[in-house]
Amino acid sequence: MSELRFPINDRDHVIGPDDAPVTLVEYGDYQCPHCQAAWPQVELVLRHFGRDLRYAYRHFPISTIHPLAKPAAETAEFAGANGLFWEMHALIFANGHQLSGPTLVALANQLGLDVRQLQDALEQGTYAPKVEADFIGGVRSGVNGTPTFFINGQRHDGSYDAMTLSAAIEAASPGVQPEVVRIPVG
Amino acid sequence: MGDILQPGAMAPDFTAPVTPDQKLSLSDLRGKRVILAFYPADWSPVCGDQMTLYNVVLPEFRKHGAELLGISVDGAWCHQAYAKANQLHFPLIADFHPKGQIAKSYGAYRDNEGVADRALFVLDETGHIVWSYCSPIAVNPGADGILDALEKMPRLEAANV
Repeated sequence: MSELRFPINDRDHVIGPDDAPVTLVEYGDYQCPHCQAAWPQVELVLRHFGRDLRYAYRHFPISTIHPLAKPAAETAEFAGANGLFWEMHALIFANGHQLSGPTLVALANQLGLDVRQLQDALEQGTYAPKVEADFIGGVRSGVNGTPTFFINGQRHDGSYDAMTLSAAIEAASPGVQPEVVRIPVG
Repeated sequence: MGDILQPGAMAPDFTAPVTPDQKLSLSDLRGKRVILAFYPADWSPVCGDQMTLYNVVLPEFRKHGAELLGISVDGAWCHQAYAKANQLHFPLIADFHPKGQIAKSYGAYRDNEGVADRALFVLDETGHIVWSYCSPIAVNPGADGILDALEKMPRLEAANV
């Protein structure tokens, strides 16, 4: 059973409180259609568990088949350095079907970020070491494709739909109950 | 799942096609560390594909002085198309004729399905198995076990790097 080797640290992008009973870590690739499909599911799970869940996203670009995965990850890191990681994260996934260099620049512009600074950061690989560190950490933890989720440090080998993820999260911490029980419609 | 060969055993030699017109023998790689990755079939869905993952992790394997060979019962032409489509930078062995013979010799053949198990073997420079692992067929084993095994091996001599 593969285990997360690197606990959440201050370089991670995190949603939810440090003392949440369950921690969900995702390794993803912005150009991977499965990761694009998984993000709305993760959003449902986050709403479902509220402050009982801590979530972190780490980069795992499979760059041999997804040439834009690394630039997209670096763009998200650039946005993160400007306090807008999750905004960019959601925008990149929402535009996954039309990802390109110009799209990334347009998204930065949309968020009011300095586009020239982004282009410089991409050219100079300013955020490449962070993305590479995420990737290697994922490899050492047994990430076996994208997306890969770890629930309280254990690799989740099931599906990434909200129902399956929620069931696995509840199983990992039997005391955890959803804050609001609601059935998303539409 | 069969009983795969365990650490300490000598890795059975084989000679099999790596391209439609080239063969490779395991014994040709004597003196190098080798990772043998048996897998059921080419063309599984890409994002979770084991060989695609190993392709991006290849620089890490090579840092440890290890060569990677993928092995399935697919034919050499199939391997060629699959490797090209996914830009794989390591050889794929066609365990095609007699079908599954190599997998059988490692205890990694699934008779019912007629494909190899997801079995991993790390070999040392003398061709002995130092680590082996068989994953459930539906679960891509990832690369963590391989890298752990390589890290536990004696440090490479500078001359071998």
